[in-house]
Amino acid sequence: MTFEYAPAPESRGIVDLKSSYGLFVNGEFVDGSGTSFKTISPATEEVLAEVAEASDADVDAAVKAARRAYTRVWSRMPGKERAKYLYRIARIIQERGRELAVLESLDNGKPIKESRDVDIPIVAAHFFYYAGWADKLEYAGFGNDPKPLGVAGQIIPWNFPLLMLAWKIAPALAAGNTVVLKPAETTPLTALLFAEICQQADLPPGVVNIVTGAGATGQALVEHPDVDKVAFTGSTAVGRMIAKTVAGTDKKVTLELGGKAANIVFDDAAVDQAVEGIVTGIFFNQGHVCCAGSRLLVQESIADELLERLKRRMATLRVGDPLDKNTDVGAINSREQLERIRELAGIGDQEGAERWSAPCELPDKGFWFPPTVFTGVSQAHRIAREEIFGPVLSVLTFRTPHEAVEKANNTPYGLSAGVWTEKGSRILWTANQLRAGVVWANTFNKFDPTSPFGGYKESGYGREGGRHGLEAYLKEGGLK
Amino acid sequence: MTTTVHPSAAGSTAFSDVTSSDASLRRFLHGLPGVDQVGCEARAAALGTRSIKTTAKDYAIDLAIRMVDLTTLEGQDTAGKVRALANKAMRPDPADPTCPPTAAVCVYPDMVPVAKATLGSSGVHVAAVATAFPSGRAALDIKLADTQDAVEAGADEIDMVIDRGAFLSGHYLQVFEEIVAVREACARKNGEDAHLKVIFETGELQTYDNVRRASWLAMMAGAHFIKTSTGKVQPAATLPVTLIMLEAVRDFREQTGQMVGVKPAGGIKTTKDAIKYLVMVNETCGPDWLDPDWFRFGASTLLNDLLMQRTKMRDGRYSGPDYFTLD
Repeated sequence: MTFEYAPAPESRGIVDLKSSYGLFVNGEFVDGSGTSFKTISPATEEVLAEVAEASDADVDAAVKAARRAYTRVWSRMPGKERAKYLYRIARIIQERGRELAVLESLDNGKPIKESRDVDIPIVAAHFFYYAGWADKLEYAGFGNDPKPLGVAGQIIPWNFPLLMLAWKIAPALAAGNTVVLKPAETTPLTALLFAEICQQADLPPGVVNIVTGAGATGQALVEHPDVDKVAFTGSTAVGRMIAKTVAGTDKKVTLELGGKAANIVFDDAAVDQAVEGIVTGIFFNQGHVCCAGSRLLVQESIADELLERLKRRMATLRVGDPLDKNTDVGAINSREQLERIRELAGIGDQEGAERWSAPCELPDKGFWFPPTVFTGVSQAHRIAREEIFGPVLSVLTFRTPHEAVEKANNTPYGLSAGVWTEKGSRILWTANQLRAGVVWANTFNKFDPTSPFGGYKESGYGREGGRHGLEAYLKEGGLK
Repeated sequence: MTTTVHPSAAGSTAFSDVTSSDASLRRFLHGLPGVDQVGCEARAAALGTRSIKTTAKDYAIDLAIRMVDLTTLEGQDTAGKVRALANKAMRPDPADPTCPPTAAVCVYPDMVPVAKATLGSSGVHVAAVATAFPSGRAALDIKLADTQDAVEAGADEIDMVIDRGAFLSGHYLQVFEEIVAVREACARKNGEDAHLKVIFETGELQTYDNVRRASWLAMMAGAHFIKTSTGKVQPAATLPVTLIMLEAVRDFREQTGQMVGVKPAGGIKTTKDAIKYLVMVNETCGPDWLDPDWFRFGASTLLNDLLMQRTKMRDGRYSGPDYFTLD
């Protein structure tokens, strides 16, 4: 007899799903004038709710509300008063943590253990952290009287819906800006629940506005003449379009885009922990992570042994129902993304790389892809160059530290990287050579509100998180 | 499991080069991959978040009961106490005949005859701590005599302690040879031998690197089981330490085909804790180790919590501690 874990589903009873959701403008839910769309659970394809689409006129109304709140209330409010709202929001997020986690897993497909133990706690931590800055901005290093920018238009992706909202809204509000935020069309629900939380916290109307919709809504927001700042997280292709759109305007921009991170394992690494780090690096959140360690660079002398250990470990990953507390890998967020992963994996096969997938039973309904590793990959393979944004790892080998760094940097991206070695001096040397915004040593995918995050090259510009993250929402002020 | 054998006596011949000198043994042990403390503890904590419910919990509780080495190791132990403990081991829940017995009772060597007489042919083993337990601070001949006494008195299993002083001063060969000698002292005249568990006292070895080295040292010397702690030193068993030892037995089997058991001991008090260990065994070594022959809990208070949870699973409610025996 073997130890079969019985199903341990988190109850979805805690979530009060409405059949339809409007836009959140000026502190109230209003109907959208676009064509409403459905958001589904990617694990079951069940329709969760009907969501309004914001038209150009709706976006304009939201920006106007944000402008009014900015000039009349929020920019005039002392920092210590703004902080109180942010602290209140942070506490409500903690109190309603389970509700937010369940809703996030339902709408996004990520395992409940991640939304519960990673996403939501870091969301709350971001609000707490930036609440602390609100009355201390003159000590942040941007002059002794830094000013907010005005109205921020923010567009976030579907991979960490509420976390990306927190990364955008918390620093913007702390610095005295008001926001119009557009969540991704496949994952709007936690942003709309956040809107309820803003009401619960008595946040002044118009400080936070949420407009739902797809690309056209986002474009209307980016193009709106009264938006002072555009913050975007998403694909490099869309990031490019945004950069073109705002070129020649006064709008400030931060872009957090794609990545193809190298996770470098040297032959003296703590091997069992390195295997864990590789797994966390690429299979966390189904690999839907811009900083995922999607290229494993392993020293040739230990490659065979490491891969054997990695496959053994991958075979223990539990793929399935996102709401089951024992699920390690959940559903792919959308059919479109699943097709993209399948297409790139197919190209890996065609180009002669060797595919191995963990033996696991995938559910009949919904969007699923098994944890997969490609070996025999070289820099010339497309799966070593293009972001797959799924649970697919490409394995390359190297012989010397110089070769490792050369291969790691040989990419148009530069968001993150990992280094695994027991030798401290090699960690420092390697980290200095790597052109990546974040370098993790003997760990991977660790996030903290105090730590700035952002990319080099085509991975974007600007930093989010930490003191650096305030810079994106402040202009330097002179003497008082 | 039938194809898998315990390590052979007098050390595994596969490692005869390694164990030929202090220098080569040190090179080997220090050449083992390092352990990253943060990563190891994070993995152990992550495994601890598994949610084990209903049928899985039923299975885990009965398995955990069958893995308990029910232990009394006190200066105040008497024949009466040991007899009571042995009875409890055979019938942990007198109200429920379907409740399985524990794996063994664990006592000091002088109590082996008492335990043996009570347990008879019940199948519950008698384990005896030997080699100047718990400190291990005695001459080798005394340790060997201690072991032989216990074996002759009928002990099925010997729980020895390593010489932590020798280990920490880098005298690995001395530790190795001592384990080999004790293993030889476990031999019975009829050609069988008592199974040897080697206790590291991980709370004194302190680092995970040391735990990994001690694990390989003991396995190469022919240990049937490797065991975390005496229970007399804090911290005793922890999940990360046990994880390192499970990885060691897993890797040792990959290299040699020989299986070695693991026994965390001390500080495991609740069903919840025990289940975390079983999850760790399952996901680190696989189902082959989910058997009392290959995994044990050294514990005393754990058993009653397992029994209470077992009863709750059946009745749907908790009964008070007075419904469970206090031996």
